[in-house]
Amino acid sequence: MSESEKIRSSEITDESAYLNRRNFIRAGALAGTAAATGLVYRYLNPPPPREVTTADIEGFSEAKGPLKDELTPIEDVTNYNNFYEFTTDKRGVASLAEDFRSDPWTVTVDGLVERPRVFGIEELLKIEQEERIYRFRCVEGWSMVIPWVGFPLKKLIEMAKPLSSAKYVAFQTYYGGSNPEGPDVKLPEGPNAMGNVFAGIPFPYVEGLRMDEAMHPLAILATGLYGKLMPPQNGAPIRLVVPWKYGFKSIKSIVRITFTDKQPPTTWSAATPNEYGFYSNVNPEVDHPRWSQATERRIGEYGRRETLLFNGYAEEVAGLYKGMDLRKNY
Amino acid sequence: MNDTQFNKVLIVVNALVPPALLAWDWYQGNLGANPVEFVLATTGVLTLLFLLISLAVTPLRKITGRNDLIRYRRMLGLFAFFYGCAHLITYSIFDKSLDLSAIVGDVWQRPFIALGMSALGILLPLAVTSTKGWIKRLGGKRWQRLHRLVYVAAVFGVIHFYLIQKSDFFWPIVAGIVLAVLFGYRLWVKFAPKVRSEAKA
Repeated sequence: MSESEKIRSSEITDESAYLNRRNFIRAGALAGTAAATGLVYRYLNPPPPREVTTADIEGFSEAKGPLKDELTPIEDVTNYNNFYEFTTDKRGVASLAEDFRSDPWTVTVDGLVERPRVFGIEELLKIEQEERIYRFRCVEGWSMVIPWVGFPLKKLIEMAKPLSSAKYVAFQTYYGGSNPEGPDVKLPEGPNAMGNVFAGIPFPYVEGLRMDEAMHPLAILATGLYGKLMPPQNGAPIRLVVPWKYGFKSIKSIVRITFTDKQPPTTWSAATPNEYGFYSNVNPEVDHPRWSQATERRIGEYGRRETLLFNGYAEEVAGLYKGMDLRKNY
Repeated sequence: MNDTQFNKVLIVVNALVPPALLAWDWYQGNLGANPVEFVLATTGVLTLLFLLISLAVTPLRKITGRNDLIRYRRMLGLFAFFYGCAHLITYSIFDKSLDLSAIVGDVWQRPFIALGMSALGILLPLAVTSTKGWIKRLGGKRWQRLHRLVYVAAVFGVIHFYLIQKSDFFWPIVAGIVLAVLFGYRLWVKFAPKVRSEAKA
C-alpha cells in the first residue's frame, strides 16, 4: 500500500479552502508588488519641498513701485535649482545642500587690481543691502521672478580699484570635491563635501564678465532672496546675478573674483563651445542648437510666453553690445 | 482566474502605479516648480522602461526556459505605446499649447524631437497589429519581421533620451547599455551556433 492511499479523506484540503488560500496569496502578491513599485517611484521622486531656514536679513531697502511681473513663490525659487556640484536633478539640490556651511566664508579679490584683498563674508554683508526684483531666465527655457537682496557688483570693483589693464572679471565657485587645485577657503569637512561625479562639466565652476558688463548697475552680488540670507541651494552665501544673461552666468557661492586682461574661461562654453558662448545674453533670435530660445515657461504658469531680448532689459543694457554681431557673440 | 490571467492583472496594476502617483502628486500640487517638465520626463522614462522590459521577454524566456512569458509581451509593449502617447500629449498640449507651427518647427529643427516622434511613429503600426487577428492576416513570418522594427524604435528612443541632457548622461548610458545587451543577445543566439558548427567543420 502506498503512502498516498493512507491519507484519510478528512485530511484532504477541500477545494474552497484551497481557493481561499490561493486568493489570499494573490491578494498579497498584488498589494506587495504594487507597494514596492510605489516605494521605488517615491524614492526616485521625493515630493514636498523643504522650508527655507536661513535667517532674515536686517535693514535692507525694499524694492519699491508697482510690479510688472508676479513674484515666483519662494518654494519654487528654493526647490528648483541648477547646482551641478550637488546633483543635476533640479528638485534634489535643496535637500543635498541643506547642511552646506557658508560661515565662515571668504572671497578673494585679486589679479590686476591696486588693492587685492580677502573679504570675510561678514564684511560683504555690511555693505548697504538693497532689494532687486529681477526676471531670471534659464538657458533650459524656464524663467522666474526673484526678489534678490544684495549690492551692485560695481561697489566691490571700486573697492578693489582695478588697473587700467583689467578688461575682464573672472569668478569662481566654491568646490568641495576632490580637486588638485584645492578650494580657496578652509571649511568644515563633511557637509560641504560635493561628490557629483556625473555632472559632465569640470569643477570648480568658473564664469566671467567683460569689465563694462560687471560695472553695469543691474549686475549685483546677491546675499539673499525674499529678505532671507541666501539659501545654500541658491548659492550661499554670495552669488552673482546678471539678469539680462542666461542663468548659468549668475555664478553661485563665489570664493574668488579675479581681474584679468584676457577673456577668462567659462565652464559651459569650455565644456560645449558650440552650444554656449562667453556672452550668453538672453536672445529669442539665437537658438540653442538643441532647443528654441524663442519662448519660455514662467514657473507657475502652464503655457509659454515670448522670450524678450536681453530678458526685457534691452533699454538698459543694449548699449553694451553696440556694433556686435549677437549671433556670433552668443 | 488562471495564473496567466492573474499575472496579467499583476502587470497592469504595477504598470499603473506610477501614473496613479503622478496624478495624485499633480492633484496635491507636489510635482515641484515645473510640473510639465516633470510629467514629460517621467512619461518619457516610462516609455523607454516598458520598451526595454518588453524586449527582455524573449531573452528571459530562452534563458529561464519559461515559454509562458511570451504571453505578457504584447501587454508590456502596449504599455510602452501608452506611455509614449502620454509623453506626446504632454509635449504637444501642455508644453506647446497645441501650437502646430511651433511643433513642426521643433521637429524640423531639432533632431532629438524628430527622433522621438519617429520612434512613436514606429510603435503605432506595431500597436495596431499586435492582435491575434493581425498576426493571422500578416502571417507569422511577416508579422515578426514587421515587429523587429521595435529595435529601431528603441534605438531612436535611447538617442532621443541622450540628446535632451545638458551634460549628465548617466541614465541614457544605462539605457543604452541595457539595449545593447538585449540586442547583442539576439545576435549571439542567431549567429553563434553557426560560427560554432562552421568551426567544427
